Amino acid sequence: MATSTVWVSIFLFALVLLAFAPIMTWVERKQSALMQDRIGANRASILGFKALGLIHPLADVIKMITKEDTIPTGAHRFLHFVSPFIAVAPAIISFAVIPYGGTYEMWGAHVPLVVADLDYGVLFVFAIGSIATYGSMLAGWAGNNNFGMLGSIRVSAQMISYEVALGITVVGLFMIFGTLRLTDLGVMQQETFRLFGFLEHFGWVEAGTKWIEWITIPMWGIVLQPLPFFMFLTALMAENKRAPFDTPEGESEIVAGYFIEYSGMKFGLYMMGEWIEVVVIAALLTAMFLGGWSLPWVNEANMIASWTPVLGENMANLAAMVLAVHVFLFKVIVLIWFQMLIRWSMPRFRYDQVMNLGWKILLPLSLANIVITALGILIVQGVTS
Amino acid sequence: MRTALFWIFSIAAVASALGVVGSLRSPINSALSLVVSMLALAGLYVLLEAQFVGLIQVMVYAGAIVVLFLFVIMLLNLRGSGAAGAESQPIAKAIGALVAVAATLWLARTLAAGRAPWPDVEEGFGTTRAIGEALYTDYVLSVQVAGVLLLAGIVAAVVLAKKKID
Repeated sequence: MATSTVWVSIFLFALVLLAFAPIMTWVERKQSALMQDRIGANRASILGFKALGLIHPLADVIKMITKEDTIPTGAHRFLHFVSPFIAVAPAIISFAVIPYGGTYEMWGAHVPLVVADLDYGVLFVFAIGSIATYGSMLAGWAGNNNFGMLGSIRVSAQMISYEVALGITVVGLFMIFGTLRLTDLGVMQQETFRLFGFLEHFGWVEAGTKWIEWITIPMWGIVLQPLPFFMFLTALMAENKRAPFDTPEGESEIVAGYFIEYSGMKFGLYMMGEWIEVVVIAALLTAMFLGGWSLPWVNEANMIASWTPVLGENMANLAAMVLAVHVFLFKVIVLIWFQMLIRWSMPRFRYDQVMNLGWKILLPLSLANIVITALGILIVQGVTS
Repeated sequence: MRTALFWIFSIAAVASALGVVGSLRSPINSALSLVVSMLALAGLYVLLEAQFVGLIQVMVYAGAIVVLFLFVIMLLNLRGSGAAGAESQPIAKAIGALVAVAATLWLARTLAAGRAPWPDVEEGFGTTRAIGEALYTDYVLSVQVAGVLLLAGIVAAVVLAKKKID
């Protein structure tokens, strides 16, 4: 039973994910147009039907597939061929551990809305992501182009630098929740805590005071670790190499950087990889910091229990599942919008600024965050025990 | 399934390890063979239920250290020259080959003596929690010493780099 539902989730996921990439091109065009007071993509049409420019992704794909696939002279043919795949595959694979819902029991089936529920979930994403470096790095080298080489060197330095900060920023979160498993993180973030509970604890306010019981805060990662949320987002965006961190492809200096020698669908794969990574970043941040698939102040198990008398067990589970997927998608879309907002409002950082941000700001701040979090945990444990 | 995966990973590991030393024509090919070898080893770790070690192998060795190797190779633009002077050292080559053959024979003898079955491990073996508990209880001194050693390494690197800049 379990294996069959896993195949369903893999299939659904691949479908949604691959549909996301072309739609992202549309979102990117329309949002940048809105921000720059333009109209944006609106020319492609089928029989005069324009659908707000949604036909453009289709036109793009047809163009890319039919374009000539060139291989430059003196290129390393095998590496030149294989690099785009190395760049795009990790982005898709890392989705395997991201839960987009809890586990639901219906009609005797056990439906977990995650492809692989791994004990070391977040580490898996980091490990797979570190392989993606090769896709960009080898691309520039294999094309036998000096601009490509410069792009390769920049991309490898940037990605290694930010991988260090990337891992360390979220250590505080793992210290609080005590797990790397993303489904556990999702369940734990459904809890709430009383914001002014300490007043009662120290005896400053009578026990059982109404307003203290009422003012509760969901235990979301972003509430417990607000600064690491933004540091993690920054590090992830730097790993993704999109503006403002796109020095490796800086077109005003090195033409297109590491993928300069690619045309057609191989070039398209690099674009697709970047857009899928935008979605991965949004999904990972949602699962770790924004409460995953649950609504704030709502405990999913209680919710299903309260629906069961009305809808019956199966329908209650099904309704909860549908709600979870929509909540998750909504949060992901908000974060995608936020990334686009950053991408279109910031100019490209200079190379030394990128390096300084990674090594001199993010890394020390995240190390300090570990110490402060540890102190906080000790204090809370000392007070409550 | 497990045995099949074992053979796939093992053959990949050995073949790519040979590729590391064999591809004199291009240092990039050597470095990439090293990556494949690391990944195959990670696969073997996961087969042995040591998932955490396998992941760290991918993250640190395949994903960071060999990237640095490649970075240096690209920066120095080593193309086609091969390992300098490797052809002109017949004695070193002979010794290397001898050691390799001896090691292979010894390994073959050990393997032929008795093939251990797949190990049965208790619940929770190789998880992050188990590794963390082992590191911070049984091996806490080693962890601390390694930490100090790494710190010394970082400081030394900074000092060396600073001297060159001034």
